[in-house]
Amino acid sequence: MLAASELTRRFGGLVAVDRVSLELKRAEIHALIGTNGAGKSTLINLLAGELPPSAGAALVRGEPLRAARPEHMARLGIGRTFQRSNVFFEFSAFENCRLAAQARLPRAWALHEPAIRCRSSSEAATRALEVVGLSERHDAPAVTLSHGERRALEIAMCLATEPSVLLLDEPLAGMGAEESQRVIELLRRLRSDRAILLVEHDMDAVFAVADVITVMADGAVLASGLPEAVRADPTVREAYLGDGI
Amino acid sequence: MTRTRRVLAIIALLVLAALPLFAGKFYVELIAKIMIMAVFAMSLDLLVGVTGLVSLGHAAFFGLASYMLVLAAPDQYTAVNLWTSLPLAVFASALLALVIGALALRTRGVYFIMVTLAFSQMVYFVFHDTKLAGGSDGTYLYVKPKANLGAWSLNLGDSAQFYYAMLVLLVVSFLFLRMLLASRFGHALRGIRSNEQRMRALGFNTYAYKLAAFTIAGAIAGLAGYFAAVQFGFVNPEMLSWHQSANVLLMVILGGMGNLAGAVVGAFALVLAQDLFSSLTKHWLLLMGGFVIAVVVLLPNGLTGAGQTWRHWRERTRSG
Amino acid sequence: MDLQIFLIQVLNSVQYGLLLFLVASGLTLIFGIMGVINLAHGSFYMLGAYAAFVLSSLTGSLLWAIIIGVALAVVFGYVLEWVFYSFLYRRDHLQQVLLTYGLILVFEEVRSLAVGDDVHGVPVPAALASSIPLGSTMSYPVYNLVISGACLIVAALLFVLLRRTRLGMMIRAGASNREMVRSLGIEIDFLFRVVFALGVALAAFAGMINAPASSVYPGMGNQVLIICFVVVVIGGIGSVTGALIAALAIGFVDTFGKVFLPDYSGMLVYLLMAVVLVWRPEGLLRESGA
Repeated sequence: MLAASELTRRFGGLVAVDRVSLELKRAEIHALIGTNGAGKSTLINLLAGELPPSAGAALVRGEPLRAARPEHMARLGIGRTFQRSNVFFEFSAFENCRLAAQARLPRAWALHEPAIRCRSSSEAATRALEVVGLSERHDAPAVTLSHGERRALEIAMCLATEPSVLLLDEPLAGMGAEESQRVIELLRRLRSDRAILLVEHDMDAVFAVADVITVMADGAVLASGLPEAVRADPTVREAYLGDGI
Repeated sequence: MTRTRRVLAIIALLVLAALPLFAGKFYVELIAKIMIMAVFAMSLDLLVGVTGLVSLGHAAFFGLASYMLVLAAPDQYTAVNLWTSLPLAVFASALLALVIGALALRTRGVYFIMVTLAFSQMVYFVFHDTKLAGGSDGTYLYVKPKANLGAWSLNLGDSAQFYYAMLVLLVVSFLFLRMLLASRFGHALRGIRSNEQRMRALGFNTYAYKLAAFTIAGAIAGLAGYFAAVQFGFVNPEMLSWHQSANVLLMVILGGMGNLAGAVVGAFALVLAQDLFSSLTKHWLLLMGGFVIAVVVLLPNGLTGAGQTWRHWRERTRSG
Repeated sequence: MDLQIFLIQVLNSVQYGLLLFLVASGLTLIFGIMGVINLAHGSFYMLGAYAAFVLSSLTGSLLWAIIIGVALAVVFGYVLEWVFYSFLYRRDHLQQVLLTYGLILVFEEVRSLAVGDDVHGVPVPAALASSIPLGSTMSYPVYNLVISGACLIVAALLFVLLRRTRLGMMIRAGASNREMVRSLGIEIDFLFRVVFALGVALAAFAGMINAPASSVYPGMGNQVLIICFVVVVIGGIGSVTGALIAALAIGFVDTFGKVFLPDYSGMLVYLLMAVVLVWRPEGLLRESGA
């Protein structure tokens, strides 16, 4: 549903992403791993339209997209989370999700209808909070949420837009074991009719849930394939010496 | 609105409604002027307090509408029709806001501030340097517009009638903007102020939202500008100057951003403060400068947010 | 237009452009390095001009007035940064705008109290009061050439400072990436103070050197300020080279605009800005980062 074709991004002399090609298929969790600075977040930014590519293209359902902007990608059904929680801090968890859900509504310009009366966005928001387990924190201002709760809110906001492709940038970062487990369960449930790209450092989680794994190093793809194949790949083992794969 | 605020608002409304009955002509005209400035300030609050767009050129839309009134009159002694000249003036301001906004919103942050300032200077120079409506001297309007509704006619030259017309204007503008803020559009604007990057990542076309807000704000500023010219009977380029823009910006921050009542309170507070200072000394701008600095430093949330500032300060000194 | 008039206009354009550059370079550095939007920058220009007036009346010599004036400006800038501007760094742009606006009012009134509101002239030094003939009928004031020359020298010194000294390197680094400079542990407070004093001195110098050629009057700071904003927008925040290009461009557009389209000359500069913005919303040579 979403693919990268020779995507490249340079920052001056630095090649952050080097001719990366990968494919995100429906009902598949595609994990992306690599050391820090391997270019994973930049790749997500390229796929999400935050950065224009220096070369190559992102393909949405086979069609190449050049110089797309984030709002455009989001409207095509590509949702993303951010590595550092990027929520609306002054709003409550519920309001965060409701605003997210509002993005997909038609007739956003209806000036005379109060937003709080809008049933579809309210329901979508409540559902999203439930799915990630934040229902009790419904009215809490986002700034008061714990780190793990904020990561969950990130996911909830993304879900509220009902995306068909999910680009998740280290959703488990800073989460405790129980929360992580919950998110992994969530990902399994979500997989059924979505394509998911999961960037993660938590190897246990990755191997527990991924259908396909791509390994990046220095901006380029080192290896890609089924989890067992990647685990056995000698170049991967060398790059990750001692990382306990 | 919380209950205390609602009660306060109603009391204020009653006081304003009753004012002409017991106050002299000077005060009636002064408060009418303040109410016009309050509408102007609310329009800027939509940009600054709600959407997070700091515009230093808002006076351009205010002043343009004033000039449109004068330009619409065939000569200085003929009365125009309110019902044709007002929509024309507001439309002109809205159009100017659309054009300036379309260009200025391509920039962000500090650039945006400077660009709005520069564009409003451009408009200022159009009226200052050319012979359009008197150049730097300005033009007088000796006759107020005709405002007829069927058999009944409103005499805008009469202080009390003008006053009540402005009160209605203030209330209607306030209610309109409140409705706007409560709508999905308004919520989206607040989201843009809070985190524009996230809004885009969610799928909102933030440029379009900002442009719409900018245009609406420009139109409402034009509404205020038109009646300012009606009251004053005189237009000159100073109505478009950046001092005017800075003035209204100060009203917004003085009263408290993001809630419309703040803009109204700020307008009252600032005009009354200016009145007070200028009666004290010829060099009242010095007091004004000090006042501006004091307000920004001591009341970051403005007058309506004074309670919040006080609580913050108490918490900090307690834990500090 | 004939060659002599053309030459005169070119000289005028360069003079105006260089003066703008001196003021705008300070503005763009303060923006780029400290992240402060400083509306009071025009006031420094005005204060410089009035200082030239007062000091040249006192000392009888423009040269001494400028030397003393620049020294005073550096001290003033240093103290002002320490006492006022250092508190602006953490504040958002809106607050900076209003605080520096308040400062403009204070400066204007203090000047009014100290020196009054009259328009003044500063006499051109006798040695430079002649004109150079250009062709058979026209001549050009020597002093105007001196202004351009002095501005060129100062601009050259500024570039040498920025490109050849360690201080300059820190300034350039700070202009393109404030955070990085901070994290490198460079004495940031001192750097900021120096940059600010430099900016004030440049603006004041421009006001001083130009005072004999134009009059010294109350609103002069505001005019310069807004044009300098346009210079910074076009040139890109933090870019001194961009400020130079933009300032010269504006010098030419404004000067020739006054000749060909006198009624619209005031607007031309902003039109230029609009055109640049459509093409490049972040200025011609914006420094990346910050």
